[in-house]
Amino acid sequence: MPETCIYVARSSAIAARALAGEMMVMNSADSTFFTLNEVATTIFQAADGRTPLRDIVRDRVCEQFDVDPEQAQADAEQFVAELSGHGILLVSSQPLASETP
Amino acid sequence: MSLMSEVGQKAFNLGVPLAVHMDVTYRCNERCVHCYLDHDDHGEMTTAEIKDVLDQLAEAGVFFITFSGGEVLMRRDFFEIVEYARRLMFNVKIKTNAVMIHEEEARRIRELGVDTIQISVYSHRPEVHDAITKLPHSFERTVKAIRFLREQGLRVTIANVLMTVNSSDHSGVQELAAELGVQYTLDPTITPMMDGDISVLSLRIPGEELPEIFRNPALVGNQEEFCAPPKPPSAEDLEGYSCSAGHSFCYISPYGDVFPCVQFPLPTGNVRQQKFLDIWNFSPQMEEVRSIRAKDLTVCSSCSHVSSCTRCPGLAYMEGSMRGPSTADCEKSFYRTGIPTANMLRQGLSKPRTMSGNSVPLIQIRPVAVPA
Repeated sequence: MPETCIYVARSSAIAARALAGEMMVMNSADSTFFTLNEVATTIFQAADGRTPLRDIVRDRVCEQFDVDPEQAQADAEQFVAELSGHGILLVSSQPLASETP
Repeated sequence: MSLMSEVGQKAFNLGVPLAVHMDVTYRCNERCVHCYLDHDDHGEMTTAEIKDVLDQLAEAGVFFITFSGGEVLMRRDFFEIVEYARRLMFNVKIKTNAVMIHEEEARRIRELGVDTIQISVYSHRPEVHDAITKLPHSFERTVKAIRFLREQGLRVTIANVLMTVNSSDHSGVQELAAELGVQYTLDPTITPMMDGDISVLSLRIPGEELPEIFRNPALVGNQEEFCAPPKPPSAEDLEGYSCSAGHSFCYISPYGDVFPCVQFPLPTGNVRQQKFLDIWNFSPQMEEVRSIRAKDLTVCSSCSHVSSCTRCPGLAYMEGSMRGPSTADCEKSFYRTGIPTANMLRQGLSKPRTMSGNSVPLIQIRPVAVPA
């Protein structure tokens, strides 16, 4: 069975800024506030809607951090699902246009 | 400690300007009796200049930006500025009187992902609100705008500045806020004018009326806790700082001047002449503000209220010394707890001197009708 390709993009409703290597993210729709660790920050910054998540994990996460690729992919999918549930990230099986306000 | 507080503390410790208040204009369509601003345009930053400052602020790590004035919508490029700020992923808050917000503007604000809109409402009585703003029908227009914003699902906070002329109206404004489905915040602080003129201080609520406010659970929450006598300061309290001004917060005027806070008129530099980060990191004035710990305060370090006082270093600066007491805050501490402050004791006072130099009201408003 072919592997499903996931594309992720940042929502236009969010505010985000790095503070000492960690990303602060706030959804203006409901004021939910998150801080992302370095690995999650790497995924968030690479979420351009055009790069498949598996490529982000392979080329960014596994390159920069000492992690098991399979575990990294599973963690990334869980992270993306959680943030999409809060409207921070948009997820699709097709490439996405990155939203701008 | 909440996640937000943790982040705030982290920024404070690292010296990162987490939040900036930027007045984009001092021009205004209202002429509020208590306003501390000169409303003439003395050369506001252009759209391009503001965009450049926003680029620099994003680079410096600023996350929260509040656009205020004056009235922000007096600038025809205001939405262009907000759009640019949102593209840079700032969390944007807007302070406005809202009289220029109609359905179209409300929709645009929602599309831009603005976090919160804070709107000044002085009274639930149109004639009182309009007498304070000196703009006929401003109450009607402001309330209508709040409804437009709420229809868009936006978060709105009503800011209710309390002064002599509307001191009885806070419960009415709270009820109005509840009816409109918006938050309510109260502020009894009246600030001297930017040119040093203190005549507006005559509008401050007399200290004797503060206990009524401080003992109202609808305004202060847990009244017993709020009015509890101060705990003796710990060594840690004395090593602490007054507030975030100059540590993780600053203010930028429409002319590009940078100050530690909107209420702290100590010039530290101008973004038209210097890079923001050079001012933030290296201005001797910013460094001085950042150096002051509670133990360094000339009078307050020996005050029993030092760990719980709302002492504003900006108001203290306007009184003569950023290390000195802020009389308005001494007054609040006294009327909140009933315990004299060190500033009062050194002057031999058992209660604060009245701050109202002018007892003649600036505007005449009929009193609230008291039910029989």
